[in-house]
Amino acid sequence: MSRLLLTGNGAAAWGARLAAVDYVPAFPITPQTEIIETLAAWCEAGTLEARLVTLESEHSMITAAAAAAATGVRVFTATSSQGLLYAMEMIYTVTGWRAPFVLTNVSRALAAPVTLEPDHTDVLAARDSGFLQLHCSTCQEVVDSVLLAYRVAEHADVRLPAIVNEDGFYLSFTREPVDLPDANAVRQFLPPFETQGIEFRASRPVSQAVAVLGGTPYSYFRYEVHLAANRALAVYEEAANAFARAFGRYWPAVETYRADDAEIVFFMIGAFATKAKDAVDRLRESGWKIGLVRPRLLRPYPEAALREALLGKRAAIVIDQNLSMGQGGVLASELAAALYGRAGQPLLIRFIAGLGGREIAPEEFYEMAKVARGAADTGVAPTPRLLYTANELRELRKLQAIAHAERAGSAR
Amino acid sequence: MNEAQIRSMKDLPSTHLLGAGTSMCAGCGGLQAVHEVYDLVGGRTIFVNAASCMTLLSTYPFTPFRGGWLYTSMASAPAGAQGVRDALDILLRKGRMTAEDDMTAVVLAGDGASFGMGLSSTSAAIERGLDFLYLCYDNEGYGNTGQQASGATPHGARTSTTVGPRGYVGRKKDLFGIWAAHRPVYAATVVAAEPLDLAKKIQRAMSMRGPRLVHALAPCPTGWDFDPKDTVEIGRLAVRTGIFPLKEYVDGKIVHTVVPRPRLPVEDYLRLQGRFAHLFAPTRNEQQLTEIQAGVDEYWREVT
Repeated sequence: MSRLLLTGNGAAAWGARLAAVDYVPAFPITPQTEIIETLAAWCEAGTLEARLVTLESEHSMITAAAAAAATGVRVFTATSSQGLLYAMEMIYTVTGWRAPFVLTNVSRALAAPVTLEPDHTDVLAARDSGFLQLHCSTCQEVVDSVLLAYRVAEHADVRLPAIVNEDGFYLSFTREPVDLPDANAVRQFLPPFETQGIEFRASRPVSQAVAVLGGTPYSYFRYEVHLAANRALAVYEEAANAFARAFGRYWPAVETYRADDAEIVFFMIGAFATKAKDAVDRLRESGWKIGLVRPRLLRPYPEAALREALLGKRAAIVIDQNLSMGQGGVLASELAAALYGRAGQPLLIRFIAGLGGREIAPEEFYEMAKVARGAADTGVAPTPRLLYTANELRELRKLQAIAHAERAGSAR
Repeated sequence: MNEAQIRSMKDLPSTHLLGAGTSMCAGCGGLQAVHEVYDLVGGRTIFVNAASCMTLLSTYPFTPFRGGWLYTSMASAPAGAQGVRDALDILLRKGRMTAEDDMTAVVLAGDGASFGMGLSSTSAAIERGLDFLYLCYDNEGYGNTGQQASGATPHGARTSTTVGPRGYVGRKKDLFGIWAAHRPVYAATVVAAEPLDLAKKIQRAMSMRGPRLVHALAPCPTGWDFDPKDTVEIGRLAVRTGIFPLKEYVDGKIVHTVVPRPRLPVEDYLRLQGRFAHLFAPTRNEQQLTEIQAGVDEYWREVT
């Protein structure tokens, strides 16, 4: 095992290298590009015995990725944001091929307006596709999750592609110390891809992704994807335990941090959860019984583990770095569904926060905690809202005034 | 190809490989072309399909193909072929598959994908030098959805989205020219009604490696509004009136494999098809007919 300073993107590339991937269909997009540049350099140098091909779009990239996986090689690819959305037809299509591969999505907020900075609305657009989803909060987690993702995705009970998600900028370009798993130990943990005979060979022809007539075969095959995704829960647990035995790091489907005796918990995914941990530590120092619950696995949805972590708490502060227009936060609505009607369900305090890379300051975590405690005392959850300060709004108003003045000036 | 070179009709394969009983329409000129092509490319192939009429060839649990099949999407079949080809090459190079299990990747797409939505992925596949055969069956409209105008629709044709007295006002895109501009190893136009010409071209294409186009005109009884018994006749007339030139691009040169002499009036071709009926009745549209004929004349003046 060696220790390196790696960015999230570097960690993702190392995950692919350690997984000994055969094929990397690629397409550049900020903030993902460093991943494919790193892999391209390794392919060129021969340190990674893989073929990297740049496609002309993410739509084609996902098509090529799944076609190669369906032919029987181990495939890695990566994208972000608009790229993921451009590929979305194929994201939903290829899960029906039951061809496992790993896609690292480097989260970046969606246009318009255009930005390069992160939130999770991009990856959540793939939520219902059949891709498994692992969400990371540190660079270490990125490299480990890529390996975990292959093991689960390729499992005979699953055979679905997987997304490993890392936040753009906050993880993708942040250097952290990373323990790289030993390559030989990885080969034990992750043996070569076993196709189980699902592959294109001249001597054993197969037809893949054919048409069906009517809802009966359609329902059957589509529901099979759902059942396979559900089976990934148990497969994930087994893989996480095996990973812990091999490498000494245990990555549960749901991470809980100082949550056992907590009355109030933060509930969120991604890199900003490390900020929440820091806030938990500070609040604990001031006598708060507070913690963090962070699902790492979002698909399949670890409902039982979430109930275990949350039932009996007074309040859960759900921080959604995504926005379902006309509905609100995706994490909150899914969590509400998981807890609905259960004894001891916590009050859900819903915030939309961190859109387009907007920071969440320590004081804001403290403020959210206060709001949650007040609500728990009265038993009434406040209206969901956007975390946005009066000062920010004043600054934005200034920008608007400039925009209006510029427009008036150009009209003269 | 192991077979001897095809020189005459009697050299054409006598055993037919594509299964019967598909859901294509009676008299489908595209299916006729696929039959003839499949006899020569054989079962050591994987057909990578773009959304089109022929997506319904492989409908669970049946397929007429002896080899592989992968449906992708309307826009990205060449990228599917790229993934399969690359994976096969990787498996061969790493010794994880024997050469006997290798397959030729064949994209099977209609004109909707080939002339429009799939052009970007096609262009990129050619540019990368992908080793694949691209078979476009061109029925000059979005046939599977009821013959709406596509980038392959000829000038003046009535489609379900061009119902005015002038029909389709645009011009048919030059797919062969677009391919040739990419300098592929091979490109050809064919029609099933000229089976010897088709067979020679498929044989030549299969002897090469790299990006190869076979653009097949596919007379379409339902979309073009003619009696299914006339499919072959209409295919022949497309060639003999010169409106669909049979040609190939090889070694950087374009060669016309059939030069119609004498060239029949294009009216002979148009008149058999309901999609051009508005050019003849209730009154004869002399101007548009002259325009269409002039376009054909101009083409042949330039190339001969």
